Amino acid sequence: MKQFIGFLRKEFLHIFRDPRTMIIIFGIPVVQLMLFGKVISTDIQNAKIAILDQSHDNITRKITSKLLSSGYFVLGEELLPGEDVESVFRQGKVKMVVTFGPEFEYNLERDGKADVQLLADASDPNTARILTNYASGIISDYVKKEKLQNIQLPDQINVEVRMLYNEGLKSVYMFVPGIMAMILMLISSMMTSISISKEKELGTMEVLLASPLKPIQIVLGKVTPYLLLSFINALTIILLGVFVFGVPIKGSFFLLMGESFLFILMALSLGILISTVAPNQMVAMFISLLGLMLPTILLSGFIFPIQNMPLPLRIVSNILPPRWFIVIIRNIMLKGTGIMYIWKETMVLIFMSFTFIALSIKNFKIRLE
Amino acid sequence: MISIQHISKSYKDVQAVRDISFEVQKGELFGLIGPDGAGKTTLMRILMTLLIQDEGKATMNGFDVIKDYKKIRNIVGYMPGRFSLYQDLTVEENLNFFATVFKTTVSENYDLIRDIYIQIEPFKNRLAGKLSGGMKQKLALSCALIHKPEILVLDEPTTGVDAVSRKEFWEMLKKLQEKGITILVSTPYMDEATLCNRVALMQKGKVLNIDTPRKLVENYSRKLYAIKSKEMHRLILDLRSYDKTDTAYAFGEYLHVTGKNDEVEASEFENFLLKKNHTKLQVFDNEPGIEDVFMDLMQE
Repeated sequence: MKQFIGFLRKEFLHIFRDPRTMIIIFGIPVVQLMLFGKVISTDIQNAKIAILDQSHDNITRKITSKLLSSGYFVLGEELLPGEDVESVFRQGKVKMVVTFGPEFEYNLERDGKADVQLLADASDPNTARILTNYASGIISDYVKKEKLQNIQLPDQINVEVRMLYNEGLKSVYMFVPGIMAMILMLISSMMTSISISKEKELGTMEVLLASPLKPIQIVLGKVTPYLLLSFINALTIILLGVFVFGVPIKGSFFLLMGESFLFILMALSLGILISTVAPNQMVAMFISLLGLMLPTILLSGFIFPIQNMPLPLRIVSNILPPRWFIVIIRNIMLKGTGIMYIWKETMVLIFMSFTFIALSIKNFKIRLE
Repeated sequence: MISIQHISKSYKDVQAVRDISFEVQKGELFGLIGPDGAGKTTLMRILMTLLIQDEGKATMNGFDVIKDYKKIRNIVGYMPGRFSLYQDLTVEENLNFFATVFKTTVSENYDLIRDIYIQIEPFKNRLAGKLSGGMKQKLALSCALIHKPEILVLDEPTTGVDAVSRKEFWEMLKKLQEKGITILVSTPYMDEATLCNRVALMQKGKVLNIDTPRKLVENYSRKLYAIKSKEMHRLILDLRSYDKTDTAYAFGEYLHVTGKNDEVEASEFENFLLKKNHTKLQVFDNEPGIEDVFMDLMQE
């Protein structure tokens, strides 16, 4: 035990004496969360639009002001009838043009029907889709509430849409679980694999191996500091998510931390496994970054929905641990479900941890070759 | 204390050690002498239980290097060829770390390392990476000794260390030997061979000869000349082109030269070189050193 504590002490000294390690451990999580949460947001705000109003009546003016006061749109340009709509798009001044047909109010009052055209710049299809959705939502909402209350339309089907668990469709709800998975994966796997392969590279592993230290002591000594630090990271990310971005924790906080702990353990054992294969720090970092970071971002359902991927990628995504962890946190934080609904994903993570630990022990060499 | 029997070891396409056998007695200071690539490090790593030999058997204090590797790791102190301490830890932290790893404390075995550690103690709060070469070696030796090992294995401890520190280092080894520790040390420096009780001359994975340094020199039967002139570089080229020359190597300010069949007289060399217009020429008989023995063995 004394041996182990001595080893731990040494590991913490390594970590606290190396500024780069400290930055990776404590700087990257905060910066990344802030970046994804604030800057790289897919929410639409203040998109420039143009209005082409051929009617200029009461209702079109009201709808226009509704659109512009929604916070999603600002007026980029007011077009006159007959002006070339396409040239506005080509100049890139606006993202969408809203055109009201002639005699809008009159038609609406008489027939209960009037024409609005939404033209969007679909060179960026995602934005175009979101913009037209927002705009048509605002317009039909206005018409329904303000104008048609008293008119009884026969056999009308009212479609009511509610976005459950994230009513505002805030993208940060999506990023917090994703970032958490990514950071924990990065810190835990990369840092442990680097710190073990560093000993190999600097030749200190030779002395450790020639000493009475058992392999399990070396591995545990390497892992424990990062287990603690990663756990602090998980807490930081959750706290930032809750207090800065207003992401709720609807489910049990302890279940959430328990699952995070499991995920960290899995990532650490993966880190050890990498270090048993990597001969030096460069290779360890390369495997961790390319082999873990990229798939985590692209294939785990963090940004791109797994359902939309082609079959081979969907199969690949199943072997990525973050894919399961993201489902777990989204369930706990946003839906408030308990272990009953996520036991399958939890089992997958437990199974992965055991596999990685078993493989690491099998691969850990008590000698040099 | 150390017994090596027919040890062979090869890496992918290189045979690093070929059929080596020798014994090191308890309390002996035994040297492995040879150039880079002679197989010294491989042999030491096999003894340190860090590599497994392809063939043969080796024991350290009666423990087999494969079967009883755990026992060996408790009783042996090891200093690898590269500086293998933690550069980002201080001198004191390094020493304390290795003490705890070997389940002991610095104060418990302070007697053994006092003579060595006292020289680096003033710098105990300095990071190990910021020490000079000589001080690094002293720290590494202290760390290797902290658990009172019965056997000390040192892989080229004096490579890259200045002449004064080298001399000090060997004096320390002598003192440790007096305390009953068996020491196996490797070095590429021939002059250090004379400081060992016995040496094994190694080249290309083979042991050329094992004996005390003095006997090795005594058994040297060639007739050796030391030759010097004003133009040393031309001298060595000229001598090597001379048909009566067997070998000519530079040793310090002289060339050590042997003639073919050992019957070539000093005057023959002198006349040949005078014809080649060498000035300030000196040719005389020379007492052989361990280098000459080694060079001679390498020839065969």
